[in-house]
Amino acid sequence: MVEQIQETYFPKILTFLCNWCGYAGADYAGVSRYQYPPSIRVIRVMCSGRIQPSLILDAFNRGTDGVMVCGCHIGDCHYISGNEYAEERVKKTKKILEMLRIDPNRLRLEWISASEGIKFAEVVNDFTNQLISLGPLKKES
Amino acid sequence: MTNRDQKKVWREKRKMLEKEKNKESIRVGVFVCHCGTNIGGVIDCSALAEYARMLTNVAFSEDNQYTCAETGLTSIKTAIKEKNLNRIVVASCTPRTHEPLFRKCVSDAGINPYLFNFVNIREQCSWVHMDYPDAAFEKAKDLIRMGVAKSIMLQPLEMIKIGVTQEAVVIGGGISGMNTALSLSRQGFKTHLVEKEYILGGRLNSLYKLFPHDTEASELIEDVKTKINNSKNLKVYTEAVVKSVDGYIGNYNIKILQLDRIIDLKVGTIIVAVGASLLIPENLYGYDGKSRITQHELESKLKAEEKISDKIVMIQCAGSRIKERIYCSNVCCMTALKNALIIKDRKPDSNITILFRDIYAPGTYEDYYRRARESGVLFIKYTEDKLPIVEETQVKVFNEYIGEKMILPYNLLVLSTPLIANYDNKELSQMLKVPLEPNNFFLEAHVKLRPVDFATEGIFVCGSAKWPVDVSESIVQGLAAASRASTIISNKNLNFSGSIAEVEESKCNGCGDCRDACVYNAVEMVETRIEFKAIRDSFIPSTALIKHKSKVIPSMCKGCGVCVGICPVGALSLKNFTNEQIGVEIESYLS
Ligand code: FES
Repeated sequence: MVEQIQETYFPKILTFLCNWCGYAGADYAGVSRYQYPPSIRVIRVMCSGRIQPSLILDAFNRGTDGVMVCGCHIGDCHYISGNEYAEERVKKTKKILEMLRIDPNRLRLEWISASEGIKFAEVVNDFTNQLISLGPLKKES
Repeated sequence: MTNRDQKKVWREKRKMLEKEKNKESIRVGVFVCHCGTNIGGVIDCSALAEYARMLTNVAFSEDNQYTCAETGLTSIKTAIKEKNLNRIVVASCTPRTHEPLFRKCVSDAGINPYLFNFVNIREQCSWVHMDYPDAAFEKAKDLIRMGVAKSIMLQPLEMIKIGVTQEAVVIGGGISGMNTALSLSRQGFKTHLVEKEYILGGRLNSLYKLFPHDTEASELIEDVKTKINNSKNLKVYTEAVVKSVDGYIGNYNIKILQLDRIIDLKVGTIIVAVGASLLIPENLYGYDGKSRITQHELESKLKAEEKISDKIVMIQCAGSRIKERIYCSNVCCMTALKNALIIKDRKPDSNITILFRDIYAPGTYEDYYRRARESGVLFIKYTEDKLPIVEETQVKVFNEYIGEKMILPYNLLVLSTPLIANYDNKELSQMLKVPLEPNNFFLEAHVKLRPVDFATEGIFVCGSAKWPVDVSESIVQGLAAASRASTIISNKNLNFSGSIAEVEESKCNGCGDCRDACVYNAVEMVETRIEFKAIRDSFIPSTALIKHKSKVIPSMCKGCGVCVGICPVGALSLKNFTNEQIGVEIESYLS
């Protein structure tokens, strides 16, 4: 858990979750009461394959400190191969971020199954800490 | 600025204005649920409702003890009527469980169900931020703001209604497929049974007796065959194979090739019951088909009442549960036990040794195993790293139980070889667009929750096509598939979610990426004619241009949005999850 919610800086993380795994995993974290820092805001999509670079870039443009995309594990996508596209697009978007001189580590892709509530909580915790150490987005550029 | 550009700008402006105007008439109602103390214990729900009322377009908001309870639902319905609401946002638990309930509630009150939006402030807020109630409250505010913003952008959607051809085709006329076809035809559906061989019955034709009751296989087949012959709705095509499959749930067009003629079938559902094949164990334990044979060949000998030698060694897991073929073939243990018992019955003093790695005799079959032991069949365990060594007249094996090498003389060696996937499964799976698992058997949608369904709706699988199974399991699965299939073809029409992809034709550049990305084949490229009128008083005549444009087939679209993400020109959008809708969520969070 993050030590204490920093008064000075607490990151904003926009999170895209696929309905069948990521979102379900986040729900499972809730049902099991796994605590994680209140840094994320969730947007539900049906499949991680729906995500496109423009949405992620839009979020950074508007000042989010990090973006996380969670889908089903490879091979488990409810729509067979949507997550493979997501993987490819996140890779591409990271390259674009680099060109924009935004640290690509601010974009994170995770595979979370419907039963991996604990993993979801850990990932959010870890990402939040990572972003805290990176500092707010604005300072970099 | 050219004339055309000017027009474009005006068009955009007009669109914007229209949108603004539409927005004015939008009246959102927000309902915040305490969920007992689940949410209310951490977050101040009435303050949330208060907050929601300040957001643009929100005409009404309130907090409820339990929004999903009868009182909560009634209060939504009354508010819709009294306050003239046309968008509803509920901030409570997870859409994964409660969305259908609220959608139905708003549609009962006369609002299109897709004008409802869910905000999750329990699973993903109050339950996971218990130690930080203030931060949780702020987060809930953000989530509600995002939810309201999206709800303003929601469009009413229609369920998609498609007609159903109330007929079925069963591919494969083995015991599983025969039972499926029989069951469907008895329910009154016209059913087509397609069999590759010249007779029905599949592998059962070559079996002798069936475990565990020693019924004659031929009796069972004859019985089912007579029933099939007597049923009115059932048409059998032997020596026929599937050549092509087109269409989607409720409406498939299938071409089958029977000898040299093509037959067209129109059906609403497809059942795959193609069974499995036998492994011919070339280069395995000196197999020669004479004194070293397969379990299956032994069975044929027994059936033909041939004389069987009396010194027999059987090797289980011959060619299965190894690196190349990692699976257990499920039926070989029982087959070996059965054949050993038949031989013992005929000649009680014959010498039978079964070399095994593990004996799989689940449920009441255990009794069968015990009988074999009692009748004097010898069981010796070997392991994968110390395989038996077969020589001209003897087998050397390391006996795991006593930790010693043993030499077993034989005059008949029997190999229990596994069932393997049919060589043509690949071809069929590609025609049907259904997946195979790594060993090329057909892969069901979910091993426990949807065991005879494919992930593609409207197509089902049963019997050994999916995995090696014995006769009784084949029948059970065949009947299961029949009842699953009947849930489709018992309807004249089917309704599907309206949240699907759509193409803005004028933007499409015809690249076809979306078609290639769609695993459901829901996107097709169609030729469109673009007409250019002749320009008056000039020499330019009227012409037409043929262009490829992508088109979404609504009944096949599952609404994943993969095509939307891939479109390089942004011509596609996924209803209910459009760029604009997701965009306003992002915007309202970060502004
Ligand atoms: S549905 Fe989860 S990644 Fe496609």
